[in-house]
Amino acid sequence: MLNVRRPNHPSARPSRRGILAGAGAIVIAFRLDAKPARAAAGPDLAAVKAQPNAFVRIAPDDTVTVVIKHLDMGQGNTTGLATILADELGADWKNVRTEFAPADAALYNNSLMGPIQGTGGSTAVANSWFQLRKAGAAAREMLMAEAAFRWKVPVAQITVAEGVVHHAPSGRQARFGELAASAAALPIPSEPRLKDPSEWRLIGTKVPRLDSVAKTDGTAVYSLDIRRPNQLTAVVARAPRFGATVASFDAAAARKVAGVLDVVQVPTGVAVIARDTWSAMKGREALTVAWDDSTAETRSSEAILSEYRERAKGPGLTASERGDPQAALKGAAKVIEAEFTFPYLAHAAMEPLNATIERAPDGGYDVYAGFQFQTVEQATMAAILGVTPDRVRLHSNWAGGSFGRRATPTADYLAEAATVLKASGEKAPVHLVWTREDDMAGGYYRPTVLHKVRAGIDAKGAVVGWDHVMVGKSIMIGSPFEAMIVKDGIDATTVEGASDTPYALPAYRFGVHNGREGVPVLWWRSVGHTHTAHVMEVMVDELAHAADVDPVAYRLSLLAQAPRLSAVLKLAADKAGWTSKPAEKGRGLGVAVHESFGSYVAMVADVTAQEAGIRVNRIVAAVDVGVPVNPDVIRAQVEGAVGFALSAVLRNRITLKDGHVQEHNFDTYAPTRMSEMPHVDVHIVPSRVAPTGIGEPGVPVLAPAIANAVFATTGRRLRALPLDLSGVKGA
Amino acid sequence: MPKLTVNGQTHEVDADPAMPLLWVLRDRLDATGTKYGCGIAQCGACTIHLDGQPVRACQTRLGDVGTAQVTTIEGVSGRVAEAVQAAWRKLDVVQCGYCQSGQIMSAIGLLSGNAKPSDADIDGAMDGNICRCGTYQRIRAAIHEAARTLA
Repeated sequence: MLNVRRPNHPSARPSRRGILAGAGAIVIAFRLDAKPARAAAGPDLAAVKAQPNAFVRIAPDDTVTVVIKHLDMGQGNTTGLATILADELGADWKNVRTEFAPADAALYNNSLMGPIQGTGGSTAVANSWFQLRKAGAAAREMLMAEAAFRWKVPVAQITVAEGVVHHAPSGRQARFGELAASAAALPIPSEPRLKDPSEWRLIGTKVPRLDSVAKTDGTAVYSLDIRRPNQLTAVVARAPRFGATVASFDAAAARKVAGVLDVVQVPTGVAVIARDTWSAMKGREALTVAWDDSTAETRSSEAILSEYRERAKGPGLTASERGDPQAALKGAAKVIEAEFTFPYLAHAAMEPLNATIERAPDGGYDVYAGFQFQTVEQATMAAILGVTPDRVRLHSNWAGGSFGRRATPTADYLAEAATVLKASGEKAPVHLVWTREDDMAGGYYRPTVLHKVRAGIDAKGAVVGWDHVMVGKSIMIGSPFEAMIVKDGIDATTVEGASDTPYALPAYRFGVHNGREGVPVLWWRSVGHTHTAHVMEVMVDELAHAADVDPVAYRLSLLAQAPRLSAVLKLAADKAGWTSKPAEKGRGLGVAVHESFGSYVAMVADVTAQEAGIRVNRIVAAVDVGVPVNPDVIRAQVEGAVGFALSAVLRNRITLKDGHVQEHNFDTYAPTRMSEMPHVDVHIVPSRVAPTGIGEPGVPVLAPAIANAVFATTGRRLRALPLDLSGVKGA
Repeated sequence: MPKLTVNGQTHEVDADPAMPLLWVLRDRLDATGTKYGCGIAQCGACTIHLDGQPVRACQTRLGDVGTAQVTTIEGVSGRVAEAVQAAWRKLDVVQCGYCQSGQIMSAIGLLSGNAKPSDADIDGAMDGNICRCGTYQRIRAAIHEAARTLA
């Protein structure tokens, strides 16, 4: 199972069969165990699958196809992963293509998740770095060996650049496509020479994204765009309360709606199957369902938070402890006690959840979706359909966002699609579509969380003790990953970013109570860091002000053992023209710094805070992700993290009233819009350290940087998210 | 049977006149470049042109289209469209890309009537298009870039 520290990020489009079936293409597959290589003419999925480490294929027309094992939900990992392999190979970027890998945990597992194929925890580049360099380097050496053999020259005199193999002394050269077929029959080097960073031509430069053209002319295929012959569309009437079940239903009126073909019960509700999406939705409106609420969550979100507040009075399970903070706080010169609350949040990716599934003539199944946890998803659907996992073939598509939602340990919507197909008699392909309302009210939210902190400083302003308790529902407990991730009742993804704080706090305890409500929760872009970073960074800011020390200097004094964090903090402060004094009335700067998923990010927020509300004018970010494989994609991810998270800082919340979700669409759960978007400057620390991810790490620091800026501007500490400035006068 | 002209091609569509054009395009004509995001005109992912004007296909009923020319991302063409798409590619605007058909159709609409939009003009024309990936900074820059190439 997962031995990764935390899953959560995206990736993949459905395999393009047109590319796979390309006539005369040659697969160069690599077995890094030094067994002889094999060439497979007329490559298809089976051929790729037959050979371990099949990450690249070179066709006679010189196109280099890189197989992408991750889901690309916008984070740009297709470009990133292809860059790594193409650079080692010496490919011409213009000829580089990608295709999404099929489900095959033996070939395409995420090495940071153990035997699981999946995308999350900002690991796509990190877990592929050596794998794809090695694959690219091995291919390069095979092409060189083939050229040396043909030209009867020493291989040491062969060079490779931009898709061409050269022999300078004789002036001979050959394109990859001319050599690939024969090269594929050569032994695969088990320890190919990896390039020195000085030889990199693509890594660290701006290469054009590989998905920019298809995503600007309407040809990119998302799961919602899958159109199989005779495909039907299904929508499901689900329980309005989490945990409720169908008591009875009356489908008579629904069946009379034009275009409706069938109405069937499934474990999650009642499915209306129709000729098209519109008819299915109309049919569902005509359906009458009585729900059995005896096992449902019927509380309001406020009641859940009240329960949390009570529980936070107890110490909870000890996730981290050093020294005796309670004793230390007794001797403190100043003690700050604070409560922080966080609402449920929906991912609200632009493409609502959906999947198309069909029974194939061979008795297997083909599924088209944005797969983020292939191994789990395949096994879950196979169990429902009564076949072995290998009979469920996954065809991955570009995903219209995810932010964690498509990586569900229960494979919820994919399992539902399988149950609908089964209940429908498996006669035709079924496209299960969740409407926006279904997607938003469907649960699997970022958990609601409450933190309570008591922290104190001595007369000189130094931290003497920090006593911290949180309450929140675990994502992993009850999931297939529980045994691997949860230790002594503590879910690492709940406490990450706080229990392991890099701040030098002499006496520190972090206790956790696991929430028990019946609301399904899930990782939401940066997982536990969405709340822990906010609490840590606002509290440290409060202590700095209490100590009357500049907040940047104060943090640096506590981060002497964290050089990479210190460096991004200094860089962001420097580039932002940091000052803790408001430049003008109603406007000020705030800062935050945090490590998540092995990446280091600092942000300085320039904020105008007045009675009318909070406006974020500018964000200056500094990031250290090790080797910046694609600097422009890194910048885009940080810009995007700001745009994504800003609405959660300012207004987004999912609320329950008597168990009913109150927000159903973008009118009541409003994402950031163009006119609110601050200018974002991103500064990248040069590095030769192995790369880490950037899909998520831009998110955690935004909220505390803004909240700290609001304090600098107004003198008001806003500790609940979303930030509510009502009643706050300008400073 | 209602007739519908999409990207210069006329189709006879066997569908309820109340069916939103969005679903006619996607489910009856398999023109899937136009996206479904919200169904209530909040997100702009379904933006198309009706006689050259940007409209939300989720709020346009089939029966109301009449003889108007429907243009989608698949068929949009001309100098402005080319400049916008080129700018989007030059600046690598896209992330997940799902909203970008609608963003591009709105941007083409803006630049067709306003050759040199200000930031405020961009806010006004583009605020109805949600990008959950938060690519707004690049969308703004790409619109300015397209305006420069068109000047």
